[in-house]
Amino acid sequence: MLRYVIKKLVSLVVSLFVASVVIFLALEVVPGDPAASMLGVNAQEDTLAALREELGLNRGPAARYGNWVGGMLVGDFGTSYTYRTPVSEMIADRIWISLPLALLALSLSTLIAIPAGIWAASRRGSGVDLGVMGVTQLGVAIPNFWFAMLMVLVFAINLRWFSAGGFAGWESGFWPAIHSLTLPAIALALPQASILTRVMRSALLDTLGEDFIRTARAKGLSRAQALWRHALRNALIPVLTIIGLQFSFLIAGAIIIENVFFLPGLGRLVFQSISARDLIVVESVVMLLVCAVIIVNFVVDIAYAAVDPRLRRAR
Amino acid sequence: MTLLQIDRLSMDVGRLPILRAVSLGVDAGRILGVIGESGSGKSMTALSVMQLLPDGARCSGRISLAGQEVLTLSEPALCKMRGRDVGMVFQEPMTALNPLQTIGAQVAETIRIHERVTRAEALRRAAEALRRAELPQDRFPMSRYPHELSGGQRQRVVIAMAIALRPRLLIADEPTTALDVTTQAEILKLLKRLVVEDGMACMLISHDLAVVADMADDIVIMRSGEVVESGPVDRLLSQMRHPYSKALLAASSHVPNRLAQPREASLLSVQGVVRDYATPRSGFWGRVGTFRAVNDVSFEIRRGESLGLVGESGCGKSTLTRAILGLEEVQAGTIELNGQPVFSGHRPNRDVRRHMQVVFQDPYGSFNPRHRVDRLVSEPFHLLDEPPKGTARADAVAQALESVGLAADDGRKFIHEFSGGQRQRIAIARALIIRPELIILDEAVSALDVQVRAQILDLLADLGDRLGLTYLFISHDLSVVRSITDRVLVMQDGRIVEHGVTQEVFDVPGHAYTQQLVAAAPRLTVEPERTNDDDARP
Repeated sequence: MLRYVIKKLVSLVVSLFVASVVIFLALEVVPGDPAASMLGVNAQEDTLAALREELGLNRGPAARYGNWVGGMLVGDFGTSYTYRTPVSEMIADRIWISLPLALLALSLSTLIAIPAGIWAASRRGSGVDLGVMGVTQLGVAIPNFWFAMLMVLVFAINLRWFSAGGFAGWESGFWPAIHSLTLPAIALALPQASILTRVMRSALLDTLGEDFIRTARAKGLSRAQALWRHALRNALIPVLTIIGLQFSFLIAGAIIIENVFFLPGLGRLVFQSISARDLIVVESVVMLLVCAVIIVNFVVDIAYAAVDPRLRRAR
Repeated sequence: MTLLQIDRLSMDVGRLPILRAVSLGVDAGRILGVIGESGSGKSMTALSVMQLLPDGARCSGRISLAGQEVLTLSEPALCKMRGRDVGMVFQEPMTALNPLQTIGAQVAETIRIHERVTRAEALRRAAEALRRAELPQDRFPMSRYPHELSGGQRQRVVIAMAIALRPRLLIADEPTTALDVTTQAEILKLLKRLVVEDGMACMLISHDLAVVADMADDIVIMRSGEVVESGPVDRLLSQMRHPYSKALLAASSHVPNRLAQPREASLLSVQGVVRDYATPRSGFWGRVGTFRAVNDVSFEIRRGESLGLVGESGCGKSTLTRAILGLEEVQAGTIELNGQPVFSGHRPNRDVRRHMQVVFQDPYGSFNPRHRVDRLVSEPFHLLDEPPKGTARADAVAQALESVGLAADDGRKFIHEFSGGQRQRIAIARALIIRPELIILDEAVSALDVQVRAQILDLLADLGDRLGLTYLFISHDLSVVRSITDRVLVMQDGRIVEHGVTQEVFDVPGHAYTQQLVAAAPRLTVEPERTNDDDARP
């Protein structure tokens, strides 16, 4: 087990290194001069040169890469070209919205999907199963921004249970902050929960058809006992994969929902900085998101091994 | 009073009749062998006793187990019966166990589900059951997971689960079909011992007449959901009445009629072949080890000869086959066909490759289901520099199909429209189409029912005579190898331990391993009577 973890850690570090190089090179080849876009078209050549010098744009790529990565390791992400504030502060402000939002959405989707998937699979072909499959079909099909607007209409404008957008801030207390993240989290969770329900259902149905379920039934276990004791844990492996993918997506991909609800999250930050050609911010945020994805995958890999003894022996 | 009595049991799934008026009975302490080909309903009869039937199945008739009317029991009552009164062992030990639980926990579960005992007590009794199944704790601790055990060991775990509560009836559904001969012999011996020790009744289901004849007291022969004949083993084997039973018996010891005599000239020459595989590093920075799958193997096949290669799973048979086919490069030694190497440089030699073809075991998995038969059969044409086109190609396909007893029109069909035996004919047609000299048959008849197997063996013998083919016949089934080969090689742990004329090797085995194999192979002691209505052959 230890060797498996070490192996996965090594692959984590290698992936992070490769990702950082790719991100750096990708932005390196993007046309456009950040200094020119910051100062506008009428800038004097000597002002531009001074700014380039200040931003370190004159140095070679290797030196800039080293600088960038070295800075990130100690928490210094550089200074935004446009806002002239440290990138680390900008990220810190926003990550405390994006991360809780993603966690909330993921918990909601998992808490709904796993029981719903089990319920549907245990009554395959019944009304319950058909109902769950119908609802999840809708859940996958409805665009989440549209669903978000619908929820705003019903719960914010008509019922006035929630505010239509914005973030209360953590300084106003835990519950008010959670309260303002609830509607966006539900909007994000709906398609994810639908997909996860379907994955849970089909994984469980596959497992229920396995020979060892028949063996368990031949021992005298009832259908339900065989499902809970033998099928469920075996069916969790594909579900874990999907949960990992969804968490990565939720951290990075909440941009539309953040816009609908006026949440100043990471997604909006990336969007704004790309438009403003604020490459240092783009680089840092993208790197951070990649880190999150890779770390989540690492956690999922460890979870696999916890579930499945066959994986504990590192190959 | 019989322990298990089935009277006029019929079963349908939806509108499809599966069993029709099946009647049979087993007494305590006796073994009932149930024989039939695939689809004969033997497994469904067993599952009816357990009431573990597919959705939509309906039973009528009577199943009486130790005075209980099984068909009238409620589901909770059936759960109490399963595992406690009836234990069941299945065919596929590799998948019969939950991969995520230890073997101890899985055996203990049988006990805990039926009796109110502490976890420690259940584990103690599980250890006892495993010991009785010959998995002692000092060598096979209960903390092992299924993937850490071999197929035979896993089957012992399944048996331990089935006998943990000393049930009155043990159902074994093809318990050794997926195992090697020596493992098969051990498992059968174990089952027999447990039946005697516990005074259980046992229902042993098998397609293999020889296995059942060795073990059973009584036999039931089934076909298309019906019992065609039943009775005590000795009487039934010596005085068969039903034509189907006779055909089955004849087919299981069928020897095809081969006329061709091997010539002196050598066709395939294998000299000092070594094939190593890299094994995982021993430590994190440890060295990559090697596993020698084929170790200094040398032999020759003469033109027109049929050479057998026998050995148990993991002995290196398949690796050797892959090397001969040029699918993998060997680490030492040479493999030459007609004096030309199968590997030239680091690439397979296409000139040589087009002179040999292979037929694999699984008639279901070795075809692309989305291609029509004509396309499947003409696949080897890619080995030719100028593959025939248009009518020449169609003619070649038609000829190949007709030579294996199919119609030219079958080329327009898809593979799912054919039975297992027909698929294996198509696989042979695919091998024949580029007129190879050597055909490698890798367990090519192992998955077939005995009657179909007899037909395919006849076909191979006939093609060998007509087309002057040379066969390398790889199998774990000694009786098949005996019936169709001139010479045989016995392989163990990557080495050829014995070789010689088939008849002599099997009659007077020299090497200890060959002796073990021959002794383990179940054999029909009763010679089938040759009668005029013996119509097993096509």
